[in-house]
Amino acid sequence: MRYIFKTAYDQDIRLAKHGGHVFWYGVLMLVLVAAPWLFPEYWLAQLTFVLIYSVVGLGLMLLSGFTGLFSLGHAAFLGVGAYTQAALTHHGVPAPIALIAAGLFSAAAGVIVGLPALRVKGIYLAIATLAFGFIVEEVFARWERVTGGNAGIHLSAPDVFGFKLDNDVSFYFACLVVTVLATLAILNLLRSPTGRAFVAIRDSEVSAQSMGIHLARYKTLSFAISAALAGVGGALYAHKLQFISPDQFNILQSVDLVLMIVVGGIGSVHGAFLGAIFLITMPQVIALGKDVLPAAIGQAPGLQGLVYGLVLIAFVLFEPQGLYGRWLKLRTYLQIFPFYRRGMFQRQKSYLKSDRLK
Amino acid sequence: MQALQIVISGIAQGCIYGLIALGVVLIYKATETVSFAQGELMMLGAFIGLLLMTALGFPFWIAFAAAVVAMGAFGIALERLVIRPILGQPAFSIVMLTIGIGYVARGAITMLPGLGTETHTLAVPYKDQVWNAAGLVLNVEQMVIIAATLVLSAVLYAVFKHSKVGVAMQAASQNQLAAYYMGIPVKRLNGLVWGLAAVVAAVAGLLLAPITFVHANMGFIGLKAMPAAVVGGFGSLPGALVGGLIIGVVEAMAGFYLPEGFKDIAAYVVVLVMLVVKPNGLFGEKLRKKV
Amino acid sequence: MTDLLLSATDLSVRFGGVLAVNQVSFDVKRGEVFTLIGPNGAGKTTVFNLISRLYTPTTGAIMFEGRNLAEHAPHDIARLGIARTFQNIELFEHASVLQNLLIGRHTHRQTGLWSELFFTRPTRAAEIAAREKVEQVIDLLDLQHHRESLVAGLPYGVRKVVELARALCTEPKLLLLDEPSSGLNVEETDDMAFWISDIRHELGITVLMVEHDMALVSKVSDRVLAMNQGEVLAMGTPGEVQRHPGVVEAYLGSTDDVASLRRTVLA
Repeated sequence: MRYIFKTAYDQDIRLAKHGGHVFWYGVLMLVLVAAPWLFPEYWLAQLTFVLIYSVVGLGLMLLSGFTGLFSLGHAAFLGVGAYTQAALTHHGVPAPIALIAAGLFSAAAGVIVGLPALRVKGIYLAIATLAFGFIVEEVFARWERVTGGNAGIHLSAPDVFGFKLDNDVSFYFACLVVTVLATLAILNLLRSPTGRAFVAIRDSEVSAQSMGIHLARYKTLSFAISAALAGVGGALYAHKLQFISPDQFNILQSVDLVLMIVVGGIGSVHGAFLGAIFLITMPQVIALGKDVLPAAIGQAPGLQGLVYGLVLIAFVLFEPQGLYGRWLKLRTYLQIFPFYRRGMFQRQKSYLKSDRLK
Repeated sequence: MQALQIVISGIAQGCIYGLIALGVVLIYKATETVSFAQGELMMLGAFIGLLLMTALGFPFWIAFAAAVVAMGAFGIALERLVIRPILGQPAFSIVMLTIGIGYVARGAITMLPGLGTETHTLAVPYKDQVWNAAGLVLNVEQMVIIAATLVLSAVLYAVFKHSKVGVAMQAASQNQLAAYYMGIPVKRLNGLVWGLAAVVAAVAGLLLAPITFVHANMGFIGLKAMPAAVVGGFGSLPGALVGGLIIGVVEAMAGFYLPEGFKDIAAYVVVLVMLVVKPNGLFGEKLRKKV
Repeated sequence: MTDLLLSATDLSVRFGGVLAVNQVSFDVKRGEVFTLIGPNGAGKTTVFNLISRLYTPTTGAIMFEGRNLAEHAPHDIARLGIARTFQNIELFEHASVLQNLLIGRHTHRQTGLWSELFFTRPTRAAEIAAREKVEQVIDLLDLQHHRESLVAGLPYGVRKVVELARALCTEPKLLLLDEPSSGLNVEETDDMAFWISDIRHELGITVLMVEHDMALVSKVSDRVLAMNQGEVLAMGTPGEVQRHPGVVEAYLGSTDDVASLRRTVLA
């Protein structure tokens, strides 16, 4: 059981709280940097997707997990980023510049979506984002001059000021850099006043206001940042697939993103990564399972949807804190063995009391 | 004349949205949770009706009644097994749970051999019939939808306004602990509400089947019921119907008068406009936490 | 610099058909402890909500340091120097006590978004400065043991203290305390009395509070305002107000009953 003896405020502020953090994350970074030489090509491609979805997941986690604003249309921002990247690179803009532009355009879209958020809460906001998602998907399909409509458009490999990232390894490193930067940015935000303001808004808007937090400004900011990250992820996604079409950014994709953060563990940065890993590996696991299951079940077309649904239900019922929550419990069990008690992470059962003012 | 025709068609479609939205609002009023599974419950109802008619050879009206009862039981069972354990969790988790239920329902139906991936016709006795009245060509399927919706709404209104069960449901939704103290069997009531919502969904599915045919992706229509519920004001039963009608009519008009693509997003544009103009919907209540 | 910190003039607010506050006027002098008393439903918390700009008055105005509060949005009130606690604790449940208190420092934020994203040296220095201020409040209120605890798991008495601490972290000029001793036992209420006294004498903060515990009111208050059904009943020193017949009637029933009760007890 590790006990941290604190002698300076800096220890609470810095990201690596103790030697163990430094060691394990260092090992992780080494593995990630060496990945192209450790993993076969197929798994490297999957890892690239995990990184891309992690970036998007970080944004959605900030919005839903830390600010408490639930978005059921986040795939729209993914799409805005992807199409912006496609349009700009077609006109010869270097990929990094286009990437920044994709982030900015998505942030602008986020601000626009955030505007109704200022006046509505909870389910109303979720429906508003759902509506926005559908509308944006339709815009992608109709605005053929820019997006190529339902036929979709192709992208070439990203061009970093003349240096073409046309193989898997170089593109993987680009994604790794972006992911690391995004993670550090989010972690920095969370340990400073802005991040705390987000958490305050999630937990109690009334007292956040009385502490001087401008609700409208911070909610809009949260939307903007999360949309920007989704846009950057979308741009990378576009380059990875080298082809995008409107139906890749539909309600199912939005639900996948939300599923990702719920399964990963709402309210934790780790959750975004664990959720991304889950999202990318689940189809692989199902594919493996297909060989084991009897043909009637294994080869049936609806299997993936069924499994996703069951996993989602299982997590909400049995592990509401997600994969990260399960990891925390496991780690605590190992750390304080044999003193772990079953009810340690038990949530207080609360009775429904209507927030509606009659 | 053509405009009226379109409006009637929109009203019929709007009734379906309204029925599904009714189920959502029922559950919300009783338990303050939002269920995204209503669309899939509608699809299940239609499939049960289909199976009863094709596999067991039931005549339509028997199959209708049996499917409705079966779905009611399913709703009660669903609440008992899946929804009850998570009472007390934040609203968002429950929404995700209902989305998961929808996925499971859709996946399970798709997996049924031969049945899931096909589109089926439901042999309703009034199929493809039309009435000619006052120069209008009225589709009987649409007329049945409108009539059934009116009847169902009247029944539900009576239940909520005048019966003990309805008042008890409202009490349980406002303060669960107090309801327990008053001797209201809150858990049993919740089961009843989910059963009722499933019944309404099943009715919607069976009414819709002649028009859209029965297939596994029928449930996606249910997504448009959410804007309907919001437009009417979440928490208002008449509002759900009115919202559904508004969206149905706007959608039908958009399909006819506006360029392609607007019909699909009409519902969503309407709800965004409503949220800007009147954030609590038409009949919605002002949500403000008292400190 | 005026002696008057806050003055409410002819304050009224109507909710639908209910006149929750009716022509209420009072002044709070700088450096005093001013208490609002009255039975439940008298409108005391409503007055607080009017000062916090959660409600808008139907008529009348509230002036704070010469500024009309109606011209300010709710999130501006903390910046002006008014902090408050809530009757039914409104803490940030899923954050630690330390984070709750740091959020209280929000109005003193010196860093912008970009310097926070990159966590530059000024940001780090600002974080440490904020932490030092928060630690002073933790020392004052003896919250050292609870620094890292999540608020959701804390007992009621500790939460009340955390609410107070969070309000103090904003370095207010005026502190609004809504029923600071409700739900506290005798020992905790004694602590609260000492703290209110310290806040007033050592920190120089003016306190406006709503309270039901008459012993606490007599111990710490300079002046008291008694309200009933949204209207002012009496204003003065604690002793004056407690002897006021209207106040006695509002709390205990008519003066006849009290007189007969006294006769029975003393007989």
